[in-house]
Amino acid sequence: MRLRLAFLRLAAVVAIVVGALQSSDAQSNDSIILATTTSTQDSGLLDVLVPRFESERGIQVKVIAVGTGAALRMAATGDADAVLVHAPAAEQRYVDSGDLVDGRLIMHNDFVIVGPDTDPARVRELRSAAEVMRAIAARGVFISRGDESGTHSQELALWAAARVDPRSLNRREETGQGMGATLSVADQKLAYTLTDRATYLSLRSRLRLVIVFQGDASLRNVYHVYAVSDTKHPKANRGAARAFIDFLVSAQIQRAISDFKRKEFGQSLFVPDALPPPTRQ
Amino acid sequence: MIDLLFADTTLRAIVLRSVLVSGAATTLAVLLGVPVGYLIARRTFPGRTLLLGFINTGMGMPPVVVGLVVWLLLVRSGPLGDLGLIYTPYAMVLAQFLIATPIVIGFSTASFQALPPQLAELLAVLGAGRLQTLWILAQEAKLGLLVAVMAAFGGIVSEVGASMIVGGNLERSTRVLTTAIVTETSRGQIERALALGLALLALSFVVNLGLTIVQQRTRP
Repeated sequence: MRLRLAFLRLAAVVAIVVGALQSSDAQSNDSIILATTTSTQDSGLLDVLVPRFESERGIQVKVIAVGTGAALRMAATGDADAVLVHAPAAEQRYVDSGDLVDGRLIMHNDFVIVGPDTDPARVRELRSAAEVMRAIAARGVFISRGDESGTHSQELALWAAARVDPRSLNRREETGQGMGATLSVADQKLAYTLTDRATYLSLRSRLRLVIVFQGDASLRNVYHVYAVSDTKHPKANRGAARAFIDFLVSAQIQRAISDFKRKEFGQSLFVPDALPPPTRQ
Repeated sequence: MIDLLFADTTLRAIVLRSVLVSGAATTLAVLLGVPVGYLIARRTFPGRTLLLGFINTGMGMPPVVVGLVVWLLLVRSGPLGDLGLIYTPYAMVLAQFLIATPIVIGFSTASFQALPPQLAELLAVLGAGRLQTLWILAQEAKLGLLVAVMAAFGGIVSEVGASMIVGGNLERSTRVLTTAIVTETSRGQIERALALGLALLALSFVVNLGLTIVQQRTRP
């Protein structure tokens, strides 16, 4: 008898737990997996945009924050419905292969090179990104993301443009982690690193790192959003992904992107790019 | 710090989610692991020692490897992708269940083996059925079995790698205490990360204190 009672109690508990897990999962049956970069997550931008989209359109967005490289691979295996990424050269390969469709330019900001205030590599006096990278290679410590993210591929492009082989540098370390963690390592090791401006500004109060180089044309950081092709990957929810893309490029949300944390930092973290040009009077 | 702990409803939701996911996984692991441990303890069969060797290795299985395997199984392009379980709390329950089960089996086997073998024979003579025998012996082995429950729950509620990979750390459905600590740390929100760590410690303490009270209570 006691045994049967124990089983009944257990069954009741299981029913309650399943119910609770259900309610904490998707409320709506329509949902998309958005594979994106750590910078959009760590800056907090998606925390503002995604809940708005979910309540307006009734589509749940599962934001998986990985590097751009991993996000693109998830698209290529059909394991995501949409990607928000920032490595145009890498993106193009997946557009060519037919995995990514419906691409739209969303916004940009820029990369900056940060380092210790003492500036041991004397980067501040220099004029071009290539000179900066060569100076750091010669006299500084560099902390790399090393995670095939958009920022990492941008860093590798900068080394290539400066004709420096990053593997030949014994004062360059790879963290394999997100931007926030990498900034923290660079901060503690009095090293230089490449970061997107948004993440750096969001974390600046915790860091002693200062911007030592900015403004070069090669440091532009461009974000595109794509849907995953439903012809190549039949399980991809292209319709809902399209709704999310349309939402991001809408005038209202483009303004929200421009306003994001602008009061806090006195400048926009992301500059919207999908706004229609102002109509002439 | 105390304000941070209690004022925030999302923190409450994260704590609740940790309890539910790890509690469900522990319950399932106990339901499977205790009977299996009982069988291994009482039966002799070829390959028994080898099997125990595998189970004892499983007790130290790196959670992140379990997470990776579960991810490969459940992801859309994987063999079980059609179930749509990836990035849901169920995927986390599955991964944590796989981590906890060897722990429960290992401790259960040892606890049942520590009982005097005459006890089971006596119960058989008295005409106890199989389930009844298991139930009575489980009560005799209570001290060790509750260690199994505590070790299993403590192991998975504090685990971060597998939960991050298979759950995806989604704010409103799969963010648990450990993954939230990683997120807040990478965002530079050190106070929040610390508060979450404190909440995790408090949760562990409450659960283990409850189990310890059950363990140490003498039967009426």
